[in-house]
Amino acid sequence: MVSLTINGQKVEVEPEATILQAAEKLGVFIPTFCYSPQLTLVGACRMCVVEVEGMRALVASCCTPVRDGMVVHTDTERVHTARKINLNLLLANHPLDCLTCEKNGNCRLQDYCYLYGVSESDFKGDRKDYALEDTNPFFIRDMNKCILCGLCVRTCHEINGAGAIEIMNRGFDSKVSAAFYDPLENSPCVFCGMCVDACPVGALTPKQSIGKGRSYELETVKTVCPYCGTGCGLELYVKNNEVVRVKGDPSNPVSRGQVCVKGHFGTDFLKSPERLTTPLIRKNGELVESSWDEALDLVAEKLKGVKGTELAGFSSARATNEENYLFQKLLRSLGTNNIDHCARL
Amino acid sequence: MTNSIGEIEDAGALLVIGSNTTETHPVIGYRMKMAKRKGAALIVVDPRRVDLAEHADLFLQLRPGTNEALLNGLIHVIIEEGLADEEFVRERTEGFAEMAAAVKKYTPGYVEEITGVAADDIRRAARLYAKAESAAIFYTMGITQHSSGTNNVLAVANLAMVSGNVGKRSAGVNPLRGQNNVQGACDMGALPNVVTGYQRVDHRDTQSKFKKDWGVKLPVAPGLTATEIIDGILDGGIKVLYVMGENPALSDANLNHVLEALAKVEFLVVQDIFLTETAAQADVVLPAAAFAEKHGTFTNTERRVQLVRQAVNPPGEARADWVILQELASRLGLGWSYGGPEEVFQEIARLTPSYAGISYKRLEEEGGLQWPCPDAEHPGTPYLHANQFAGGKGHFTPVEYQPPAEEPDAEYPLLLTTGRNLFHYHTGTMTRRSSAIGPFKPEEMAQISKEDAEKLGIEEGDLVKISSRRGEVKVKVQVTEIVPPGVVFMTFHFHEAAVNLLTNSKVDPVAKIPEYKVCAVKLEKAVP
Repeated sequence: MVSLTINGQKVEVEPEATILQAAEKLGVFIPTFCYSPQLTLVGACRMCVVEVEGMRALVASCCTPVRDGMVVHTDTERVHTARKINLNLLLANHPLDCLTCEKNGNCRLQDYCYLYGVSESDFKGDRKDYALEDTNPFFIRDMNKCILCGLCVRTCHEINGAGAIEIMNRGFDSKVSAAFYDPLENSPCVFCGMCVDACPVGALTPKQSIGKGRSYELETVKTVCPYCGTGCGLELYVKNNEVVRVKGDPSNPVSRGQVCVKGHFGTDFLKSPERLTTPLIRKNGELVESSWDEALDLVAEKLKGVKGTELAGFSSARATNEENYLFQKLLRSLGTNNIDHCARL
Repeated sequence: MTNSIGEIEDAGALLVIGSNTTETHPVIGYRMKMAKRKGAALIVVDPRRVDLAEHADLFLQLRPGTNEALLNGLIHVIIEEGLADEEFVRERTEGFAEMAAAVKKYTPGYVEEITGVAADDIRRAARLYAKAESAAIFYTMGITQHSSGTNNVLAVANLAMVSGNVGKRSAGVNPLRGQNNVQGACDMGALPNVVTGYQRVDHRDTQSKFKKDWGVKLPVAPGLTATEIIDGILDGGIKVLYVMGENPALSDANLNHVLEALAKVEFLVVQDIFLTETAAQADVVLPAAAFAEKHGTFTNTERRVQLVRQAVNPPGEARADWVILQELASRLGLGWSYGGPEEVFQEIARLTPSYAGISYKRLEEEGGLQWPCPDAEHPGTPYLHANQFAGGKGHFTPVEYQPPAEEPDAEYPLLLTTGRNLFHYHTGTMTRRSSAIGPFKPEEMAQISKEDAEKLGIEEGDLVKISSRRGEVKVKVQVTEIVPPGVVFMTFHFHEAAVNLLTNSKVDPVAKIPEYKVCAVKLEKAVP
């Protein structure tokens, strides 16, 4: 173990730890844009800079390894000035349309500007003027809001493995894009949308959520995806009895926040107008609406009306364990083992 | 899965056979690609050049329906080149000599003749797999949906055991299960021969345990499987069919046969969230709650039980399946009085040794538990067979190659194989009603090779008629290098081009799984 001091507090960490990880262990807050514990470290955004005694320049805490006896300061005036300049530079090229931006209330740029009191940029000059990219049905890309942290690019390469996007060009012309500036539909993108969840600002917006609620109005419910057998954890964001957004659940031990297009963008069948809302009974060849009592009485009568072996049931690989258990208990209690489900299909 | 999803990244080699993982289990696909980037050898075996093949060290494009020949070939090379894990075979298994004798004739040359895979590639694959510190096999329906499905799985087990790749981390035999709770439905005894935790229904101990707990005598004789139930209706033996959340009118093989049965059955109850193709045939339809509208648990492909939590209310008068079942039970005089899913789960844990240590409280605190979890202190089981197999020794079973039940001939010269794509799921009931996915991938496109397209004078986007001995569909075509010449691929997501009108309902004799992966068809240009 290595011992160091951060803001006057002693902390012991593994020798391969970074200053940022040591600070996290102490509960000391350091702002970051480009850092993610699941991705390679790039130290690109310089928001996490800190002062280390005996070192001339400020260092990026996310990718500076600790040393025994190191003395670190995270909240000096010099550090604050550097972070403010960073924000000032980012704002020089960032639309301040927080009033209508979907990310309002959950935007790291907004949070840090609030924290350090940066309300506008002192740097005047050219501004980016990219057209909105909204040709796919899943999310909108507004590259005018992109701060080039690269989280989306590394997520696409290192988590998904699709490698559909890259940071193209250099300097002012840097832009996250698919090859040849093509729309994502013409790239290897599989629309998992993990880039959307990774984006710290409002550059990537899921279409299904637009206008459906501010982040602070939404209740979060953690559950499990209804599609394949992987069992990824999903966070459902709910407002007024409606699921308005879905994200991967980073705390889920199976998926660690990872998702695919179906789990991420394919669950709004919940509110399809085609959902069944009342029992139906066939009368004169037509299915007509009925009460629960009438439907259940009829089903019970028919189940009772045959010998056990004349009855069969298909249970469901989509229903819960409890429901599958009760289904087979019901049929076995009625004297039949003719129970199966689509495990073979 | 014998092993866990979290172990994939650390494997030394991955052998993926009959699984289009990046489309059907995308997040597991991510992990396989991560493993590859960390240095694992990736071997992909599939008749189609699936996306994962592009990332593979070695891609073996075998003829559909020749899996057991290929697997036997790999075992042959491993034994012949002295790559077998002799200590594992000696200490942990039995039946090696008979199995070794059976694979003797599956030389790489002989296997090349059957599978179309070059003998050298078979040798290289065997070495990559057997020489790795830990090597994991993954399969999906690509090897099971055959009339030889059981043999294919046995051959996979032989391969894993001969190389000592069972009972350790990042190895094992890993079927990737296709539906969110298909593992759970099996664990819960939604099967004709077993009750919960695979306790045989015809076993005396099971009978007395459940009779005591339920207060009802269980029927002893195992019941009928799904395909046998359909036949049972047509034979007149089955008169009432209760379908909860399944859509056999689109998902079953040889649909015309199934549709005939659904029309014939005297009384059909369907409980679902949409008026599916099956529900449309019903006498009574009961509206159910969807996943986000109820509490409960799902068990994933790595045997992990996880909590499902209610986020919103069901629409209109729809009710959770468990509520409907309890209502029916009370009308049938069974006197159930569960206060909620948690009470049902407590009963499951009480009656099921592998679930005995699992409770909602632990699931909440520990974020899921993998069975077997026999008591409240047990941490769950990330990988099976650590020190010994469930039945003591691992048993090698000799397996012989057996051709598919129906192969292409002069009249039906092409081979049809089926599966899923990335965007849709099963019969499309949910994904096609998703506002983003539905319009993005609105129709089926049958995949055919450039060679076949040229021969038949067909271009991308043309409408064709594909027919088999059992039915016909009209569908647009995609001309692609994903399928080899002679092979047609379709998904079963679209009722407008229901591929199961064509598929063969010939089943594997043990697992009773239909041969969705191989049937003979012909293809001709259609008039719109």
